[in-house]
Amino acid sequence: MKLWYLLVVLIVLSITSLFIGVKDISPLDLFSLTEAQQQVLMISRFPRLISIILAGFGMSITGLIMQQLSRNKFVSPTTGGTDDSARLGILVALMVFPSASTIEKMLLAFAFALAGTFLFMKILDRIKFKDTIFIPLVGLMFGNVISSVTTFFAYKNDLIQNISSWLQGSFSLVMSGRYELLYVSIPLLVLAYLYANKFTIAGLGQEFSANLGMNHKLVVNIGLVIVALVSVVVILTVGTLPFLGLIIPNIVTLYMGDNLKKNLAHTAVVGAIFVLVCDIIGRLIIFPYEIPIGLTIGVIGSVIFLYLLMRRKAYEG
Amino acid sequence: MIEVRNVSKAYGGKPVIEEVSVGIKKGKITSFIGPNGAGKSTLLSMISRLLTKDSGQVLIEGKELSDWKSKDLAKKISILKQSNHINLRLTVRELVSFGRFPYSQGKLTKEDWEQVDEAIAYMDLVDLQGKYLDELSGGQNQRAFIAMVIAQNTEYILLDEPLNNLDMKHSVQIMKVLRRLVEELGKTVILVIHDINFASCYSDYIVALKNGKIVKEGSTETIIDSAILKEIYDMDIPIEIINGNRIGIYFS
Repeated sequence: MKLWYLLVVLIVLSITSLFIGVKDISPLDLFSLTEAQQQVLMISRFPRLISIILAGFGMSITGLIMQQLSRNKFVSPTTGGTDDSARLGILVALMVFPSASTIEKMLLAFAFALAGTFLFMKILDRIKFKDTIFIPLVGLMFGNVISSVTTFFAYKNDLIQNISSWLQGSFSLVMSGRYELLYVSIPLLVLAYLYANKFTIAGLGQEFSANLGMNHKLVVNIGLVIVALVSVVVILTVGTLPFLGLIIPNIVTLYMGDNLKKNLAHTAVVGAIFVLVCDIIGRLIIFPYEIPIGLTIGVIGSVIFLYLLMRRKAYEG
Repeated sequence: MIEVRNVSKAYGGKPVIEEVSVGIKKGKITSFIGPNGAGKSTLLSMISRLLTKDSGQVLIEGKELSDWKSKDLAKKISILKQSNHINLRLTVRELVSFGRFPYSQGKLTKEDWEQVDEAIAYMDLVDLQGKYLDELSGGQNQRAFIAMVIAQNTEYILLDEPLNNLDMKHSVQIMKVLRRLVEELGKTVILVIHDINFASCYSDYIVALKNGKIVKEGSTETIIDSAILKEIYDMDIPIEIINGNRIGIYFS
């Protein structure tokens, strides 16, 4: 599959997305927009589209990087404790500094997400039994332990409702003034691209890296920083997008292989297309209301995830 | 020239390598042999800086290992470990291109790609270069890794049990390639090997280790000798000369 085709699909879907919504705007109106239509486009539709694309890029690439660095196909921010740690960080920010600005919340959540992911990688180092399915299970358990701490303190402080809004991804609240934090992910994704080759080599192991004169630890740490920061930015603006970081890289790997330099752009674009499709479905299925994206991605994603698991079993047997 | 001086290594208080000193001659094949647990792989890992040594010195071209920049060292010395089981989907060509990493840091120039092509041709992998590593047999996989090391173009090539899990045909093929690397390209090859007969047929020098110490070292003819092998392996191994090679009959 050519990257070019994927980009065309992405553009077509993007245009479609702009013209779906309660307020009726058709492409024909484009040159004779009323003021209200203009405002809907600028305040709601464009920000929504941009945040969908950036979140799709971000979550699929962080998944890819995590899989490469942990050398396990089923590790992602969702199954590696990153998302859960980030939410704990946000809760701490809400509790300790109730008047914290978005940036302050982001920094605290980032610190937690990084620490959580790092801890998970340390646990991985110690586990001798490196089964493909076992490792993400450990990650899920680890994430749930953190998550239960979050729930406990959120419950005690009447912040459950706040927390659950970070839990369920949704683009319905995205509008200009509330999504700009996502732009932080752009330089990080560029950095990920520049490091693509190094991440691939890091995925081949510590000794392999050392033979080629590469500082394995440094590259892994840079990767984890990118993963943690991008995940936090996405959670803070749209909430958790489960499975995305898991299934998209796995799908792309099937036809592109594991060379990051080659599959990174594909992964990003396929991720954005997937989120766009899920968002459009969520917006149309009970029109004029909408289903939160976390739910659509969760349903479609888990089916694909199951398929990937089965396929792997068949392949191994 | 690689010079190992009084190198020691212990794991959890238990010595694995004790005060080992050995010189590796340039442009030759040197084999490390010895029973399991002798410390052969540990020694090889320390020479290649994959493993830190507890004490002693390893001099590469007269310069202590720790004084080398890792990046420069990667252009001087390369190592292939025994467990090359990779669960990443990479093509042969992609793997070989990583051998140029020390020179280009991932941005391969035209000359880098020429070296990659040469290495692929040298290992007879042209037809397989677009294949994924997980589609190849054990022997083809090993050849792909050796091609990567050739692309890395280092003076010293270290291999940890390169014949592991290979059948006879592929083992012979790999050993012949190593011989060619020495004769044609002037490389220095150091390898850990279990089969004394492969060591006997293809290496110039043999270093025999036992219990973390060097028991004997010398030219192949002097080491492949019943009395010396008895000392190393505690086994009576008669030596026969077949086609000019000294072959140990150790099967019964």
